[in-house]
Amino acid sequence: MDLHLFWFALLGVLLTGYAILDGFDLGVGIVHLAARRDDERRVLMNAIGPLWDGNEVWLVTFGGALFAAFPRAYAAVFSAFYLPFMALLFALIFRAVSMEFRSKHDSAAWRRFWDAAFCAASTLATFLMGVAVGDSMLGIPIGPGGDYAGGVLDLLRPYALLVGVLAVATFAMHGSIYLYLKTDGELQRRIHGWMWRTFALFLAVYVVVTAVTLAALPGATRNFAELPWAWVVVVLNILAVANIPRAIHKGKPFGAFVSSACTIAALVFLFGVALFPNLIVSSSDPAWSMTIANAASSEKTLGIMRVIAFIGMPFVLAYTSVVYWVFRGKVELGTSSY
Amino acid sequence: MDAVLLARLQFAFTLMFHYLFPPITIGLGLLLVVMEGLYLKTRDIQYEAMARFWTRIFAVNFAMGVATGIVMEFQFGTNWATYSRFVGDVFGSALAAEGIFAFFLESGFLAVLVFGWDRVSPGMHFFATVMVALGSIFSALWIVVANSWQQTPAGFHIVGTGAAARAEITDFWAMVFNPSSMERLVHVLLGAFIVGAFVVLSVSAFYLLRGRHLEFARRSVTIALVVAAAASAAEVISGDSQARTLAATQPAKLAAFEGLYTTAPGGTRLTVVGFPDTAAQRVRGEVAIPGLLSFLVYGDWNKPVAGLDRVARADWPPVPLPFQAYHAMVGLGFLFAALMAVALVKRWRGTLFQARWLLWTLVFAVLGPIAANQLGWVAAEVGRQPWVVYGLLRTADATSKSVPAGQVLASLVMFGVIYALLLAVYVFVLNAKILHGPDEAAAPPAATTGEGLLAAAGSLTGHGGESLTSGGEPGGHAERG
Repeated sequence: MDLHLFWFALLGVLLTGYAILDGFDLGVGIVHLAARRDDERRVLMNAIGPLWDGNEVWLVTFGGALFAAFPRAYAAVFSAFYLPFMALLFALIFRAVSMEFRSKHDSAAWRRFWDAAFCAASTLATFLMGVAVGDSMLGIPIGPGGDYAGGVLDLLRPYALLVGVLAVATFAMHGSIYLYLKTDGELQRRIHGWMWRTFALFLAVYVVVTAVTLAALPGATRNFAELPWAWVVVVLNILAVANIPRAIHKGKPFGAFVSSACTIAALVFLFGVALFPNLIVSSSDPAWSMTIANAASSEKTLGIMRVIAFIGMPFVLAYTSVVYWVFRGKVELGTSSY
Repeated sequence: MDAVLLARLQFAFTLMFHYLFPPITIGLGLLLVVMEGLYLKTRDIQYEAMARFWTRIFAVNFAMGVATGIVMEFQFGTNWATYSRFVGDVFGSALAAEGIFAFFLESGFLAVLVFGWDRVSPGMHFFATVMVALGSIFSALWIVVANSWQQTPAGFHIVGTGAAARAEITDFWAMVFNPSSMERLVHVLLGAFIVGAFVVLSVSAFYLLRGRHLEFARRSVTIALVVAAAASAAEVISGDSQARTLAATQPAKLAAFEGLYTTAPGGTRLTVVGFPDTAAQRVRGEVAIPGLLSFLVYGDWNKPVAGLDRVARADWPPVPLPFQAYHAMVGLGFLFAALMAVALVKRWRGTLFQARWLLWTLVFAVLGPIAANQLGWVAAEVGRQPWVVYGLLRTADATSKSVPAGQVLASLVMFGVIYALLLAVYVFVLNAKILHGPDEAAAPPAATTGEGLLAAAGSLTGHGGESLTSGGEPGGHAERG
């Protein structure tokens, strides 16, 4: 396989892994305040307690791989999204801190504050990542030297904000289904309702975003002419979305979780197809767009990194599986819990 | 203020804040392996209590390290876009290796280490502990390799010119084993081991002074003391070998460290204290040992060491800051080595746990290694100026052109606020964990434990049995806890 294509695909894999894994723990944060009692909120946090940190590493590795494989694109995107990414960082820091510190002190005000911080930070982080995806779909003003030539407000366009809302709705649904799997009793019965409500919200936003994308972004579907098999993913995406309510209704929450994970994977895939072969579309002049060819590191570096990835990824998958296996089953609060 | 200065301030501030935590993580990781290894070997529940307690301290530091570490990765792109384009090809493989090998290893097994005590077998748990410790060392490896490449670039060639110039890798292993990387890695790791051991010493000395968790504290002190003493002694040797490499690879930095404005014929003095004055090109109030620097660098008392007069004026680093940071680091380093020597002798004689002045010194001494780690990096990074990649890319040319100074100022202020809050919460939580102390609930009935501990203490310290009873330990911690 062509090295440029390989790294584009691997970035897609890392982004998919991140969106599915950190997606459910961000989602838990988004719906966190729907739990009323202190012990319920503790259960929610501990449902993701041992896992969120490893999940976030997918984002770190995605960033590192983008830097390594496509430095020009990394430099352009990260400096273009300066303030939104700074806000994203603050949100991620607050989120980590709120989980770590919420249950360390026995005071209602203290816990309410960190609960609110956890929810707000999870929602903001998800929203901003969605906005970044929306902006990438639209293209941003990149100059000939590879530097961003717009302002902050140029990033907050309606379509990008709408994709931000889609991200929040998707993760809220994904997180609710995850929580249903990890809880039992009275709390689980109420989470059943959250699944339905977040699914309804997701479906509504999903339909709107799809309609707007098809109507207003002709570039998003141009690759389908050359990649007819990509239609298979579109069909699978629709089937996965349709299977979520079916599985919930039939009392198969794990099936619903797999379906929502597949939905997320399909959305990331379609995002990749919409961009390819660009990493960033320059809205100023298509000639200044960053492609997988002109933004890439040298063949030698890409080759070395492919060796690193081939050696490393099996380990990553192996111990990610081990950790998920060790922490399978319902949440139990113990001495080492949050 | 201009955008470059703000970007530098922000990078320095966020990095120094971040770097409060990784040395503790790396150092404590090693001690956790030792403690849990001893538990597996002896099945002595005291070692298990130690491993469990220090894991909780470890986890708080790890969480802080992760939260503040993502900031660093983002900042290369957000604030240093030109630098990222320049180094991406070279730096990239190191960073990718760090992500894939180190971060996943650390974070994956951290879950088992912290939350898995009752879910996996002791053997599997120990394996997870070893993997987390290894992961933290791996991340240090790749980060130090990348940073060392900025100090002593190797295994690359330059493609393109002007603003579009970038370094491309030609030899991966030459990049990894660039002239300074392995020496600096050893120095960084030893520095981290010292910090981790001093953290354990500090908390344990506090328990001893308060008469709480005595057996736990004594054993923790003993293990940490051995690690700290060995690492402190090795760090002095490591520092000495680095000076020789520095003279060959970054003479301007060495000259700044030593306040050498001019190259005098004959042996070069080693300045112990002084105040460099760049305008006057001399060091004021200097106390120096003649010829010693020549001896340390070249093994020859009479061979001159090059001063800044051999470097173009535009390529001079600022002198006073690296000079003072370097001297303070070295001074602190000798101080720990001496402190550890004294503590070790007293421990050997069995009088350490009664020497309250020394225990109080240990409680506060932890600030020293933390400061020394920070000072070492200040010296290394400021001493590299005006270059971000030595001899190839100037710091002033390396920032993001599209980010206005106002935005950097805004984010810097936000970091200031958020990190102040973060630090307050960190201290609060750490304090609560230390005051709570190790969990002794998991221990078997008191009668058998007490005897076992007394016997163990007696055999371990010689004088331990005495103070155990005179200190009124049995049940003492339960009242306070």
